[in-house]
Amino acid sequence: MKLALPPILIYSLRRLVQAVPVVILIMIGTFLLLKLAPGDTVDALVGDMGGADAQFIERLRVEYGLDQPVWVQLWRYMEKLATFDLGWSFVYEQPVSTVLMDRLGTTLLLMATSLSIAFTVGVALGAIAARRAYSLTDNVISTLGLIFYATPSFFLSLMMMLLFSVKLGWLPVGGIKTIAGFYTGWDHVWDVALHLIMPTAALSLIYLSFYLRLMRSSVLQVADLDFVRTARAKGAGETRLMFHHIMRNALLPVVTLFGLQFSTVLGGSVVVETIFTLPGLGQLAYQSVIQRDMNTLMGIIFLCSIIVVIVNFLTDLLYARLDSRIELA
Amino acid sequence: MTVLDTELRPAEPSRAIVFWRRYRRNRAALLGLFIFAIVVLMALTAGFVDPGDPLRRAGDPLTAPFVDMSVPLGTDQLGRDILSGLFYGARISLLVGVVATLVAIAIGVIIGALAGYFGGWVDDVLMRVTEAFQTIPNFVLLLTLVAILGSKIEWITLAIGIVSWTAPARMVRAEFMSLRNREFVDAARNLGVSNTSLIFREILPNALPPIIVYASVIMALSILLESALAFLGLGDPNYASWGNMIGQGRAVLRTAWYCAAIPGIAIVLTVLSFSLLGEGLNDALNPRQKQ
Repeated sequence: MKLALPPILIYSLRRLVQAVPVVILIMIGTFLLLKLAPGDTVDALVGDMGGADAQFIERLRVEYGLDQPVWVQLWRYMEKLATFDLGWSFVYEQPVSTVLMDRLGTTLLLMATSLSIAFTVGVALGAIAARRAYSLTDNVISTLGLIFYATPSFFLSLMMMLLFSVKLGWLPVGGIKTIAGFYTGWDHVWDVALHLIMPTAALSLIYLSFYLRLMRSSVLQVADLDFVRTARAKGAGETRLMFHHIMRNALLPVVTLFGLQFSTVLGGSVVVETIFTLPGLGQLAYQSVIQRDMNTLMGIIFLCSIIVVIVNFLTDLLYARLDSRIELA
Repeated sequence: MTVLDTELRPAEPSRAIVFWRRYRRNRAALLGLFIFAIVVLMALTAGFVDPGDPLRRAGDPLTAPFVDMSVPLGTDQLGRDILSGLFYGARISLLVGVVATLVAIAIGVIIGALAGYFGGWVDDVLMRVTEAFQTIPNFVLLLTLVAILGSKIEWITLAIGIVSWTAPARMVRAEFMSLRNREFVDAARNLGVSNTSLIFREILPNALPPIIVYASVIMALSILLESALAFLGLGDPNYASWGNMIGQGRAVLRTAWYCAAIPGIAIVLTVLSFSLLGEGLNDALNPRQKQ
């Protein structure tokens, strides 16, 4: 008897299996980076203890398996990563996974808000610009898109700080909440929201321009296709044409870009979180580089990669849902 | 839709002239070329036109722009000439942009060509590697590479190239997959041409136009990456860089915001010029593409 799994499930399982070699390659990559970095775990440990004699150091090396051949070390390293044991942070005196989990929430919140704003506003503006192609509206939208595309996130952040914090005094300069506030309930939510306005705006304004530009050209392209002409000939109104016939098809490349861009946006949060001193993964990555905390840095790479793999998986599913032509099985 | 009758046309003007005619049709692209020319001129004349060393004191600290004509755009908190920083910064930005782009395109062409030409397991392996590189957030990887290699300008440039090759690799692969079974390639193959010259002499020249257009995007992104590194204080301290000037200007944002704003505008204009340049190149190299 043939197993009757729904096609969407088979499709998602296959996508998951395809992600496995990528994750394994990333594990090998972080191992190589750790090996390339000057100093190993024992050096860090001894440095942390304030020095030790040569014999003791030798014994530690054996204990940590650093005397083993490289491929044995690699295998042990991968075994540990697979159970999400990311090693010990000698800066924070905590397991790396604990340090990361403390920071994950802030970054995910920042990502979710700024990406949903960037995507929806970008798609909407792109569609409007394409509908009124080569008009004044289109020119204004397209020019603004080009300028934000060219603006470095740190520069945009600084200028927003200058305007809204220094000159106008409306928004807090940085941090995730007022330290001495001790707010609870809705006051706390409001406080965090106020602190997130500028970082979210900075990230979304810059990535918005990517979606805007792609959506504009995509709508222009789809609007020329035969099926749109047919729908128009059959008397479909412009609004129905736009939402029912054009948008759904024009969205496909934008959804693809969303998946492809996600890791870039996550990388972009390093700069924005550092400027606004948001205690997220990005700021942690910057601090780890400054403090030479390689274990934490590798942990961030691994965790970020897992997040990217999950987001890509979800966008694939969304794509399959939007594009009924796609072969699921 | 008009059908071009290529057989019956009179002698064509030279390729460069055709290229220029198509390019100048796009007015925004002309503006891009103009800004780009200014930036190149600044990079070339740094040290001649504006004699000041950008890392040395040139006047009173925090002189506002247009006050003292020996330092026309003012000075930062250490009294360093901002205009001179702009000139030398243009040099670093362009240098990093061009070399990092060449590195990225070189890696991308090799990986993409091998994957697209041979297909099969070669393609599978190389594409998984590409996906792995795409999965790691590129700025985090860049920080890590700089932490390991150090902050010398050569290493920073190489690291930027290493984090930027995936998109060109995918483009080259797609081009190769569509070109590898064309008749002219089959014909060359039947004549006994080796794989290496099939890849580099027959297919690659035909795959280049979209890659040249995309090079302007990589260049813009490389300049943004370098400036972000320098802004965070991880750039090469021996060279003036726009990103670094903005990073320093951050400390005096309240009193002297121009210290950060002037180099910031320089970055925006430079990156903008690359985007516009790319659009012009696209019009000139792929004239049949609808836009």
